[in-house]
Amino acid sequence: MGEHHTVASFDEDLGAISKLISDMGDLARSMVSGSTKALLNSDNALAQRVVSDDAIMDARQRELDDRAITLIAKRQPMANDLRAVVGSIRMAGDLERIGDLAKNIAKRVGTVGLSVTPRDLSHSIDAMAQLVLIQVQGVIEEYAARDAAALAKLRNEDERIDVKYTSVFRELLTYMMEDPRNITACTHLLFCAKNLERIGDHVTNIAENAYYVLTGQQLPANRPKQDETAMSAPAA
Amino acid sequence: MNIMTEQSLENAVGEKMSAKSNEVIKMRGDKVGVFYGEKQALFDVNLDVRLNQVTALIGPSGCGKSTFLRCLNRMNDTIDSARVTGKITLDEEDIYDKNIDVVELRARVGMVFQKPNPFPKSIYENVAYGPRIHGLAKRKADMDQIVESSLKKAAIWNEVKDRLQEPGTGLSGGQQQRLCIARAIAVSPEVILMDEPCSALDPIATARVEELIDELRQNYTIVIVTHSMQQAARVSQRTAMFHLGYLVEEGATDKMFTNPDDQRTQDYITGRFG
Repeated sequence: MGEHHTVASFDEDLGAISKLISDMGDLARSMVSGSTKALLNSDNALAQRVVSDDAIMDARQRELDDRAITLIAKRQPMANDLRAVVGSIRMAGDLERIGDLAKNIAKRVGTVGLSVTPRDLSHSIDAMAQLVLIQVQGVIEEYAARDAAALAKLRNEDERIDVKYTSVFRELLTYMMEDPRNITACTHLLFCAKNLERIGDHVTNIAENAYYVLTGQQLPANRPKQDETAMSAPAA
Repeated sequence: MNIMTEQSLENAVGEKMSAKSNEVIKMRGDKVGVFYGEKQALFDVNLDVRLNQVTALIGPSGCGKSTFLRCLNRMNDTIDSARVTGKITLDEEDIYDKNIDVVELRARVGMVFQKPNPFPKSIYENVAYGPRIHGLAKRKADMDQIVESSLKKAAIWNEVKDRLQEPGTGLSGGQQQRLCIARAIAVSPEVILMDEPCSALDPIATARVEELIDELRQNYTIVIVTHSMQQAARVSQRTAMFHLGYLVEEGATDKMFTNPDDQRTQDYITGRFG
């Protein structure tokens, strides 16, 4: 295969975009891991760092948008190049959203830390956060490794996060019913859990995009879904 | 912006129309080979040209795309050393059969060249020439009608209707090319071959010709050779990729430019060749 374009600066332009995606991926991973750690350890300094990291994430996304638009205008990419550029724009959007959600978790650290968090509860959030982290890390690594099959598999793994989210949701309801003093903390934790679940969805989008970039094929539209919180609302 | 929208609308309409006809094979190349003297320029090309579709032939210089195009109306006959092997059919009729009248064939399979080449005659005469030698018009009124409708179909009527007696060579490049297309249309061809019809034109004239190509395919079958990948992507429904005299890959244009099967196609259209 011809690895290089006849025009060398085309390769540099594509390389810069690919580097930005990889940087944004690393940052997203560190933000998700930082925000959950801060939440579980009531670490306000770490939470603050995640909040400020979000500005870097946004700046990178804007840079990537600029570069991608300029590249399309200048080079009119085709086939795999075109898919890579358009796919990068989309993936950057999802990574930026992951950053936002991590930041939102980080911003709740202070409030949750002030109240008494039921010990068991932090365990189940922790387990959910671990699953999400594995997914975030996985999608970045598999895309870098250009492993389409692994990406297709990873996309279906999101189901496990949904299952976990359903159980966290039920658990939080139980704590709130047990003791109304838990309501403030539990509500914040509920948002955190929802954010983690949303991060999982963005990872799914990234996996789908990455799969398309690598293969030119779309993954089938339906995938297993297990978020049953809408059905588990207590009958009042 | 307007041109784009209209064009995509027409594309959508055209897609529906061609849904019926896109399985009809207008021309078929079967193991086509071309030799220039000892040197073989084209090897075993099997390619179908579908009715009312635009087929784009792409590939790097010297890949054989123009050679193949010129086989389709026996333009290679004009080169002494050229020899064509295999079989090419038009409506399932062998065009290299000895009973075929080449002049009549070229009326059915018209050609538009890279450089606009109007005759050094009036605009009117440029269009009237073909119908006259083929005896298509008995009276002056008939000829006027043919000239007007051809110029209209070539989307140049409004620009030249008040100066039909002026020389065709006095028009701008883009107008000259559309005049040449009108000239090709005048003899009511079934297939129009275009050999890089826009390579000598500015972007606006190119856009006009591209829009015209899209309109023309409602009534004609078009085969176009182009060096512009974007142009092939814009105007054609089928794309054939040639390399070193071989047909590498042929398929729906949408797929060829987003996800081609062959690595050589991928390398060529993304600019990784050589």
